[in-house]
Amino acid sequence: MDSVIFDLSQTSLREVNQFLHHGANGNPIKIINPDGAHNIAVGLHSPITVEIAGHVGYYAAGMNQLANVTIDGNAGTGVAENMMSGRVHVKGFASVSAGASAQGGLLVIDGNASLRCGISLKGGDIVVGGSVGSFSAFMAQAGRIVICGDAGDAIGDSLYEAVIYIRGTAKSLGADAQFEPMSDSDYQTVGELLAKAGFSHDSKDFKRIASAKRLYHWNADANQDY
Amino acid sequence: MCGIVGLLVKKPELRKSLGELMVPMLIGMSDRGSDSAGLAIFTGLLDESHRKYSLYSGDKEFNWSELLYEFQSHFEGDTEIDSQGNHAIVISNADPNSVKQWLKHHYPHLYLLSTGRAIDLYKDTGTPQQVSDRYHFKSLKGSHLVGHTRMATESAVTAAHAHPFTAGEDFCLVHNGSLSNPHEIRRKLEPRGIQFETDNDTEAACRFLEWRMREGDDLENALQRGFEELDGFYTFLMGTVDKLALVRDSFACKPAIVAETDDYVAIASEFRSLAHLPDINHAQLYEPAPEELYVWTV
Repeated sequence: MDSVIFDLSQTSLREVNQFLHHGANGNPIKIINPDGAHNIAVGLHSPITVEIAGHVGYYAAGMNQLANVTIDGNAGTGVAENMMSGRVHVKGFASVSAGASAQGGLLVIDGNASLRCGISLKGGDIVVGGSVGSFSAFMAQAGRIVICGDAGDAIGDSLYEAVIYIRGTAKSLGADAQFEPMSDSDYQTVGELLAKAGFSHDSKDFKRIASAKRLYHWNADANQDY
Repeated sequence: MCGIVGLLVKKPELRKSLGELMVPMLIGMSDRGSDSAGLAIFTGLLDESHRKYSLYSGDKEFNWSELLYEFQSHFEGDTEIDSQGNHAIVISNADPNSVKQWLKHHYPHLYLLSTGRAIDLYKDTGTPQQVSDRYHFKSLKGSHLVGHTRMATESAVTAAHAHPFTAGEDFCLVHNGSLSNPHEIRRKLEPRGIQFETDNDTEAACRFLEWRMREGDDLENALQRGFEELDGFYTFLMGTVDKLALVRDSFACKPAIVAETDDYVAIASEFRSLAHLPDINHAQLYEPAPEELYVWTV
């Protein structure tokens, strides 16, 4: 099928986003000259394929449902934040709060993700080819985060039911986060997510971080220690 | 919210285009800061006996030739003035402290924006486009510069509250973020004879760092002290005679991105301000890590 091409240096972002919401009929869509603009391809809600050729600004592909969005460049703050379903692929690096609050879908970042990756994750999956910055997966409630590189400080602070798999090392664990043994189903999960994301690492190299669940109940004897 | 930009050209032949390269960067940050804008540009270094003084007049019709006449009647030696509208750069070999005293006494309504052997400073209220046009930023030449677009969140919108802030000589700082203990910093500095010109939080950071360097710290040590004593959110970009330096607080809440090629190092709050630079598609792009000091030398 022929691509529909939009040049953001010629067409307004509002016009492009309105087409993506209401006009797209299944043909792949390519957006050129994004030049770091904010809010590109936000709120998509149909199974369309969108390729953005270049670097994007804040909240690209935010609130995504069903659509398959590829960013052939770097992403600014909050890429795929609050994604519901579908797939968002960043071929470069992602700035802070990538995949924040995502409820479903898959976010793939080939490069590094900055601080607070997957903060408050609510069920989405994130696979990061590089490393993640500090405070990633903070208060993550559900979903999986696979980190092929290292993590900064306080990974998984105040985790709920989300699970983190890390190949490299974590500078420090957040409050209530702990390393746990990998089960067969963990290896299978990591293998499936790596395959979906297009990475060829061996799932045997990953370690599991999950909540120790000590924060689930108030402990008066903890003396405000956390 | 605010926007910061910085540009350092690596090849001397690009110095004539510094302003032209920078203006789209500054205007690109208009959405992050539309109430004021400013720029510090570092030019060829004057000899040790001379200083440049960037001056701002609230009065658009200010008579700069009269000031030059009075200046020359008071100070011996050579004096030059380059004025446009309400802004002027005075170059003189008179003693800097005497010049500052004289200005304060005879022209209390003039605002001394900067002092040094290389720094020229412009800042004013208005959109980045308006300020760029007003002071002909496109025609400015130099080796490196620091720029800022301001959206005030903690003190008044005036030219004096706009960035960059300066302290001492040939040192300036722009800030995206907010400090939570500027008054504590002031209370520490004021008893040491350090005078403040505004109630702006960034001025506290600027004077703190300049004070540390005057006390013997190098920039790196001064910033290390800054990490310990300055509380709040910040991306700071600083300019000295021959350097640009960048730091972000430990939470990196305020954005920054760097693009580096064989020709230049460009820094901005967001990529949108770098998108139009020549050869940007081949630039090395990266986000500076929190609490790390990045320094680029001319």
